[in-house]
Amino acid sequence: MTSVSVRDLSLNFGAVTVLDKLNLDIDHGEFLVLLGSSGCGKSTLLNCIAGLLDVSDGQIFIHDRNVTWEEPKDRGIGMVFQSYALYPQMTVERNLSFGLQVAKVPQAEIDKRVKRAAEILQIQPLLKRKPSELSGGQRQRVAIGRALVRDVDVFLFDEPLSNLDAKLRSELRVEIKRLHQSLKNTMIYVTHDQIEALTLADRIAVMKSGVIQQLADPMTIYNAPENLFVAGFIGSPSMNFFRGEVEAREGRNFVRVDGVAFDVSAYPARTKLQPGQKVVLGVRPEHVKVDEPGAGDAHQAMVDIEEPMGADNLLWLTLAGQSMSVRLAGQRRYPPGSTVRLSFDMGVASIFDADSEKRL
Amino acid sequence: MDDIASNGMVTAYDAASDRLKAGPRGAKPRRRLSRRNIIVYGTLIVVSLYYLLPLYVMIVTSLKGMPEIRVGNIFAPPLEITFEPWVKAWAEACTGLNCDGLSRGFWNSVRITVPSVIISIAVASVNGYALANWRFKGADLFFTILIVGAFIPYQVMIYPIVIVLREMGVYGTLTGLVIVHTIFGMPILTLLFRNYFAGLPEELFKAARVDGAGFWTIYFRIMLPMSLPIFVVAMILQVTGIWNDFLFGVVFTRPEYYPMTVQLNNIVNSVQGVKEYNVNMAATILTGLVPLTVYFVSGRLFVRGIAAGAVKG
Repeated sequence: MTSVSVRDLSLNFGAVTVLDKLNLDIDHGEFLVLLGSSGCGKSTLLNCIAGLLDVSDGQIFIHDRNVTWEEPKDRGIGMVFQSYALYPQMTVERNLSFGLQVAKVPQAEIDKRVKRAAEILQIQPLLKRKPSELSGGQRQRVAIGRALVRDVDVFLFDEPLSNLDAKLRSELRVEIKRLHQSLKNTMIYVTHDQIEALTLADRIAVMKSGVIQQLADPMTIYNAPENLFVAGFIGSPSMNFFRGEVEAREGRNFVRVDGVAFDVSAYPARTKLQPGQKVVLGVRPEHVKVDEPGAGDAHQAMVDIEEPMGADNLLWLTLAGQSMSVRLAGQRRYPPGSTVRLSFDMGVASIFDADSEKRL
Repeated sequence: MDDIASNGMVTAYDAASDRLKAGPRGAKPRRRLSRRNIIVYGTLIVVSLYYLLPLYVMIVTSLKGMPEIRVGNIFAPPLEITFEPWVKAWAEACTGLNCDGLSRGFWNSVRITVPSVIISIAVASVNGYALANWRFKGADLFFTILIVGAFIPYQVMIYPIVIVLREMGVYGTLTGLVIVHTIFGMPILTLLFRNYFAGLPEELFKAARVDGAGFWTIYFRIMLPMSLPIFVVAMILQVTGIWNDFLFGVVFTRPEYYPMTVQLNNIVNSVQGVKEYNVNMAATILTGLVPLTVYFVSGRLFVRGIAAGAVKG
């Protein structure tokens, strides 16, 4: 069952087109993350769904009801903002109950819902305090509570964790996931943080310049990025790209890059690779093996920089005239200057057409 | 050897950290009478004397009797303090045929200032709120026109306004003057409120809309409680501006409704009889008292408001 549906949505600010004929269907109970760098239109899309921005063209349906021109309060949504947006002059309790009072919900019902939200988010001791007396994490909990008391099916999150420090961020991330698992309602979550996207989402919509580049579950996004942008955006450090040309020799396919030939016969290409075709070979740092015994197609490279990170070790090397990174599990150490043999698992690599930047 | 060395290090380190934990010791360093301070404070003292001297002369003169003034030493303190001039200025000084002093003008001014200030601030704050948060079609054009209006000289508009007020049937009344003051306060006040509201976090407004609050609910329950400082600023501007107004008071009212400033002018510039300097001085101080009080009282409130707003919630 579709919970939120966006049809041919366009939005222009004057002559600037922010969203262009965008389509998106979100299932009931789904956790969808809109991911992209700033200015890609992800927050704009969320504001359109919330009814805080008037669309230029297209329709928005929530629970199969056309809400394109309805007020935010009538759409059955709750929203959590990046800056928390708590009313500074009201106590936590009044912040939670404000919307219900405006809607003239009976006081007994208000008390019940506030109590329940406070319990779920464990903010009962804070109810009598003002927002200025709370920490960042507590404020964001209250902000989530404000969406919770509305008893709605669709939650909208606009970069809710971006103002928190790293430790709190991961704590609240888990809490949001737990909340989703227990409430089972639809959540649309805007972020520029790929970790949040990968950990929270049922599906991720990667956006760039107002267009959804790829809409898929996190693992598909990670393993089989649809184009060069998605491939480069997801993953840290980002995927290593080698620009080269397809070459066929003795029944095997190679990508030749600056004198180095990568054997890509194992690559599960969707369309047959044509000899002479200009392509970009993409390999994630964690898919490169170092000094693997028995690896057939190995390339010599020298370590430039080593970044040990405890659980794994990051090497920066030069291969085929360009810098690349390799992530090694465990604590195997390679001091700068040492020579290593690299082998690639082409079964999990990506090859893109150099012109269309689409996955082959 | 190593142990001894590291032990020594440790003790030295402990001593240093104890010293740090204990905090600063000794007398607080005194601020020196530096050349810079002398210049700064010297300039400040000279400038304040320059501005305070006329006030001093006014107060001193207003407390003297006429014989003492005729002696001619305007800086000398009064030999015999008398409040007679103050009483006369307030209740007895004559302008034309009326001899009830400034008191009539004072109450006229109150009846002009209070409604003008309240109405203009109420309307302008809603204007500013609408312009900042509810970006209706043509909002920018509306705002531009409003601001351009502020640059047209008053003199150009006087005669048209007289006609408009006459047609409305309020020419020469206090109502008419209140309307004029309200309108003329609009551009600057709207600008003031618009900029203030635009500076408040936009997400608060959005959150309130998701919560289902409408135009007025957001204005009264979200925006107003956060805007005390700007209301105080607007009040200071309007009270002093309207209280000190002379031109509109003369042009748009009849003598029985003249505000205090016009009354003061008529007392001071009356050509019959002797010039009573002491009465004139007392009358001038009385007229200036209201804006002065507003500055002193709300100035402090204003600073407190700013300070409270600085610690954001």
